[in-house]
Amino acid sequence: MFYRENGQFKTSYKADQQIFPIPQDRWVILAIVVFAFVGIPLLVDEYLFRAILIPFLILSLAALGVNILVGYCGQITLGAGAFMAVGAYASYNFLIRVSGMPALAAILLGGLTAAAVGIVFGAPSLRVRGLYLAVATLAAQFFWDWAFLRIKWFTNDSSSGSVSVADIELFGWTISTPTDKYLFCLGILVLFSLMAKNLVRGSIGRQWMAIRDMDVAATVIGIRPMYAKLSAFAVSSFYVGVAGALWGMVHLGSWEPAAFSIDRSFQLLFMVIIGGMGAIAGSFFGAAFIVILPIFLNQMLPLVGSLFGLEVSIALVSHVEIMVFGALIVFFLIVEPHGIARLWSTGREKLRLWPFPH
Amino acid sequence: MSFFLETLLGGLMSGMLYSLVALGFVLIYKASGVFNFAQGAMVLFAALSMARFSEWIPEWLGMDNLFVANVLAFVVSIVVMFAVAWLVERLVLRHLVNQEAATLLMATLGIAYFLDGVGQAIFGSDIYKIDVGMPKEPVMVLESVFDGGILINKEDFVAAFISAMLVLALTIFFQKTATGRALRAVADDHQAAQSIGIPLDRIWVIVWCVAGITALVAGVIWGSKLGAQFSLSTVALRALPVVILGGLTSVPGAILGGLIIGVGEKLSEVYLGHYVGGGIEIWFAYMLALVFLLFRPQGLFGEKIIDRV
Repeated sequence: MFYRENGQFKTSYKADQQIFPIPQDRWVILAIVVFAFVGIPLLVDEYLFRAILIPFLILSLAALGVNILVGYCGQITLGAGAFMAVGAYASYNFLIRVSGMPALAAILLGGLTAAAVGIVFGAPSLRVRGLYLAVATLAAQFFWDWAFLRIKWFTNDSSSGSVSVADIELFGWTISTPTDKYLFCLGILVLFSLMAKNLVRGSIGRQWMAIRDMDVAATVIGIRPMYAKLSAFAVSSFYVGVAGALWGMVHLGSWEPAAFSIDRSFQLLFMVIIGGMGAIAGSFFGAAFIVILPIFLNQMLPLVGSLFGLEVSIALVSHVEIMVFGALIVFFLIVEPHGIARLWSTGREKLRLWPFPH
Repeated sequence: MSFFLETLLGGLMSGMLYSLVALGFVLIYKASGVFNFAQGAMVLFAALSMARFSEWIPEWLGMDNLFVANVLAFVVSIVVMFAVAWLVERLVLRHLVNQEAATLLMATLGIAYFLDGVGQAIFGSDIYKIDVGMPKEPVMVLESVFDGGILINKEDFVAAFISAMLVLALTIFFQKTATGRALRAVADDHQAAQSIGIPLDRIWVIVWCVAGITALVAGVIWGSKLGAQFSLSTVALRALPVVILGGLTSVPGAILGGLIIGVGEKLSEVYLGHYVGGGIEIWFAYMLALVFLLFRPQGLFGEKIIDRV
């Protein structure tokens, strides 16, 4: 009834090709963004910021990066955690080794370093494909895990490989409280999402999708696979690297290599697949699902146990937690293999016709 | 020279163990096109089941014969792994036929999380001992040839022997039995196999059962070396380069790949490791596999990938 597009006529190509051609979409998204910037900081307490909202924002950004590579360019990667680590440690090194380096520049340079590393580790994709490539990207994961633990230069000679940074500052605004951190991450996420959306609907995004759908055919019609694949690796690693830098410098403050272990890589891939491959919105849905689910299970299981009069030990909770997590993922893949984004678009189709579906 | 040979032999033997885990990957990939990330979790699950049942069964039955307890525990564990295989096929794979490779990969990762959780919830999460009477003490051989001889770990030797036997048994199973032939037919072409009356569902259960048995054998051997504990599930990550080096679809590839990776890891750690600070085993294997892949993108013995537009 409200979500109806009949009667809306476009009179220019510009109007027809904007990101949200339907005004209702535009207004809802704008309202969400405004609410996220203004409403949430007024409503939410500190715990919620630290435990859910900030991780959600940063991991959405990382998932966005992984989605560009996996969802749009079709190259499965299991090494995303390593690129987060590269971003985090590179921006840390830029910050402490170059005097007077602004924090934002350090974060972006961290992302650029990750992009360069991404191109190097993406090079095998020119020759190796599919699952072979997925395993090959694990090489990046294990190599960087090892490098940040063993090569002391990266961690400024700290013995355990753990590093810490002071609160970062942005044009005189010290980002110290959770609200500041939230707003900072949100700002970056909004900008980067807009950029990603524009990339994937432009020429380069179409090249990625052509490579994903059938790379031989794409080559035949004149798309250079090397340029397309490596640019996907670079852009994806840039996003993931910036997310890693934010995770380390803004969210954690002090961290060690284990913060970016292989589990993180799996987690990011889960987000993309559960959220929806090849959909920008999917990255947000997936990140929300994966961030909230463990916290939810952690809180719920003792309650459920006490309902049946069982005393649930902490160890058992953690085991049942990963068990339920795994089962839910399998369940989700079976019910909706195309991810939450697909559910979302089906829902929208239904809404367009509601309440007269015929 | 004797030191080099010692390292080489050590590498070959640990390579044999890697191929044991890699075999599980290859078997399932060949028959169903699923890259089974849960293989490591299956190894852990099997090892935990073996360790705990060999502890519980003597308690329940009130006897203390180690050998009988081990045999019973092994049988029970096989039954458990069959149950796992059946449930996986019934509850997961059957519903995911014809999905994308990435989706299937993620599904098996979900299974891996589930198995890790269930295994530790049922069997506990400490380090448990698996004692199947493997000889522990090292021996010296070839003392007449080299000065000082070569130190060989008897346990590794027995383990390598057992793996070789298992590989032999699997080869005979695949080449000579009707079921084995059906499995190979399914691996070649699902549709053709189905059209001549081979039941796909049953084949998939069988292949997961076989993978379960290899996981059990791997779990017992690794478990008696390292103890049955959570870190066993990471053994799968060490075996992955073996699989892609050998080729995802080739049993001999898994074995040869295992040997190459085992030797490469040991030699690199001993001869290169101390230049860069040690611990390079884990990524060196991947780099080695990558270098091989640059020359043969489908692995050493994998089927050639032919692209058609």
